[in-house]
Amino acid sequence: MLVTLLRPTGGSARVAGFDVASQPSQVRRRIGVALQEAALDPLMTGSELVELQATLHGIAPRDVRGRGAELIERVGLSAAAGRRVGTYSGGMRRRLDLAMALIHEPDVLFLDEPTTGLDPPSRLTLWDEVRRLRDEGTTVFLTTQYLEEADQLADRIGIIAAGRIVAEGTPASLKAEVGRPHLDLVLADRTDLERAREVATRFGDHRPSTEGCHLSIALERGAADIAPILRALDDAGFEVAELELKQPTLDDVFLDKTGEHLEGAAQDEPEPAPEPV
Amino acid sequence: MRAATVALARRALRNSFRKPQFLAPLVVFPTLFLAINVGGLGATRSLEGFPQVDGFLDYQLASAMLQSLLLGGVSAGIAVALDIEGGFFDRLVASPTPRAAIVLGRVLAAAVIAVIQLVYFLILGLAFGVSIKGGFAGVLCIFVVGIVAGTGFGALGVLIALRARNASTVQGIFPLVFVVLFISSAFFPLELLSSPADVIARYNPLSWIADGLREPIAFSGDLRPVLVGLLAAAAVSAASIGFAMLALRGRLRDA
Repeated sequence: MLVTLLRPTGGSARVAGFDVASQPSQVRRRIGVALQEAALDPLMTGSELVELQATLHGIAPRDVRGRGAELIERVGLSAAAGRRVGTYSGGMRRRLDLAMALIHEPDVLFLDEPTTGLDPPSRLTLWDEVRRLRDEGTTVFLTTQYLEEADQLADRIGIIAAGRIVAEGTPASLKAEVGRPHLDLVLADRTDLERAREVATRFGDHRPSTEGCHLSIALERGAADIAPILRALDDAGFEVAELELKQPTLDDVFLDKTGEHLEGAAQDEPEPAPEPV
Repeated sequence: MRAATVALARRALRNSFRKPQFLAPLVVFPTLFLAINVGGLGATRSLEGFPQVDGFLDYQLASAMLQSLLLGGVSAGIAVALDIEGGFFDRLVASPTPRAAIVLGRVLAAAVIAVIQLVYFLILGLAFGVSIKGGFAGVLCIFVVGIVAGTGFGALGVLIALRARNASTVQGIFPLVFVVLFISSAFFPLELLSSPADVIARYNPLSWIADGLREPIAFSGDLRPVLVGLLAAAAVSAASIGFAMLALRGRLRDA
């Protein structure tokens, strides 16, 4: 809806100061869009596609080639510019998609899951480019399933669950909302976890355990609680095999706000039900 | 809008040439039909009611041109449907490209391809002994009627693609092209068709367009078939372009 591909069924939204329903043309002139599937014509070369996009955005014919070459170079595709897009790798397609979205220097850039399916180096390259755009003053509206990506790139984050925004704010403020760091514990003997939990929860609230850990406690006083917990567990006859103090992450925020784990937050799995933006 | 239309037409043309399977059937199938018809059905020329022409190929050449132009429409439709399926269409829609340019770019490409198709069949005909009785003016008439018809069929293909939204459905209309063409006077004169085919053919716009393409070859001195053919082609073009624009608006609304 925000990129004017769908008509809103209700409510209103403004992008770059224009209403998406009543002023879609003005919105389209001011936005760049890189959709989830890099919808590129495989029969065209990288240069041809970027130049076509420039023409469609009304860039003067004398500037089309120069602007296209500049963008192609910026995303590191100069060597492949004359090759048909059908021969590009996933990462190259994403970068070309980004170049096309930037051709008219948009005020707002929409990136729909730009790193899904990319290998780590390609992902990092794209992150760098997003940071650079942000630093240059472009508003980047990025949807992602990867909370780490949101944490790394976003100034403001919105978490959508079941079609509604359930949390919104800066990464720091969202983490502060779920508050305290937590201690993950692995016990040498897990036969009486219930009793161990009773002991540990004297120092903080119990959290749902993550994979590979027996107890997870949100600490009231942070690191200062570690020694007392260990002493109490020891006094109760429990031997702690491993422990890790964790600061709140967006995973915690997501868990707290939606009450469920984000599928693919830890591994590279697509198709989560809720989606942070 | 002109720059966007031309840019999209150039893209459509370039892709047609880069994917020979788009372009080749447009001339290969009609050429095969032409060879089969001329080789096997030439005797029909001696039937009562068959118009006066120098050779059966002289009569059939216009049919091959029309068939080729219709297949050009199917090809244009498939290309648009593939753009929709592949998401490239969304890219166009999300850009400030004038909506009309999306349809007109494809239609302009169809017009250029129509020129290529007509040149091919004229050369083929001349190589096998067809004489264009209408001379240079006749050739010009063939191009005018043919290009307008090719434009219309291209727009019709776009219209079907915008409604169907997938290439397999558009591909499904391929046999229909032959059905509609066979119940016209494209291959045989109305006088030789039996009822009810002759009644349908009499009001089938393809009959008028076929006659408009054929008259400059046979040239009996009657310009009326050319004008009627041109008008029919223009009507098909105007209606198809108009409905394609509406379908595009509808598609955006429904999306």
